[in-house]
Amino acid sequence: MDNMTIIAVVSIITAGLTIALGSIGPALGEGRAVSTALSSLAQQPDASATITRTLFVGLAMIESIAIYCFVVSMILIFANPFWNHAITVVTKAAGK
Amino acid sequence: MHLSPDQLIFWQHGFFKLNGTIVFTWGLMLVLGVGSKLVTRQLSTELTRSRWQNLLEIVVTGIEKQIAEVGLKNAEKYIGFLGTLFLFVALAALGTVIPGYEPPTGSLSTTAALALCVFLAVPLFGIEEQGLGGYLKSYIEPTVIMLPFNLISELSRTLALAVRLFGNMMSGAMIIAILLTITPFIFPIVMTALGLLTGMVQAYIFSILAAVYIAAATRTRKPKPALAVKT
Repeated sequence: MDNMTIIAVVSIITAGLTIALGSIGPALGEGRAVSTALSSLAQQPDASATITRTLFVGLAMIESIAIYCFVVSMILIFANPFWNHAITVVTKAAGK
Repeated sequence: MHLSPDQLIFWQHGFFKLNGTIVFTWGLMLVLGVGSKLVTRQLSTELTRSRWQNLLEIVVTGIEKQIAEVGLKNAEKYIGFLGTLFLFVALAALGTVIPGYEPPTGSLSTTAALALCVFLAVPLFGIEEQGLGGYLKSYIEPTVIMLPFNLISELSRTLALAVRLFGNMMSGAMIIAILLTITPFIFPIVMTALGLLTGMVQAYIFSILAAVYIAAATRTRKPKPALAVKT
């Protein structure tokens, strides 16, 4: 297997694994956060504005982790510097 | 299918490129600025007021209430900055209903610029509120050993602000673009609605986090009881 094939195979597999494994943690964390928020809403309904706002802020922070993994996998697929470098090397060699 | 509006070039002359991010940001600035100017031309304090003035009053008082709930004492000082952040990001997300429009916050340049504004605003507000010495002392707040961690946390939360907003906007746009090539009939509209919802939530999150950072930098430190007795 030449360099280009190795780079392509590893990038594709890593992109898939990144987003797959990277979504597990945030999903579990968000489930726990929402369940705790629901139980505290049931205990104190008059604090619902504060609880809801804090819940949304907390969910956004947890979601960021999944977003980081998504950005990495998008970079690997669409803006991969190693792939671009390999492409330029191959086109230069073919052009000569 | 491109990653961000940066790759949508409208006009190019040598080094200067007029890409989609710049054009859509200018469009948003035009709508916000001219719209607000037109609405606030004849403000009335009577019982009858135009519906646009009502709308703007709802928005402004809502933002002011949220800022006060976060813990910032006089909200009028900060509502210019925080309100603008919220309105810009929210309008950038809402504009997706217009065909051909791509949110400029889907480009890392825009979100990095907004995060840099917050990064600069937090020390400015902190120094304005507590003086240079008081603000710098907050970096060695629990113990002196925490100094590098406080500095790193400043940088990392700025980066997190930028990447969070960029990731949410870019992923929404990319999902819609991918779905348009697979099932172009009804499903992309559902995903666009979801993108609108996440856009509004992210606008709220961005401005609330900026308010929390500013509140953390400007809150007055209570003197310890032993010191108070000594003076």
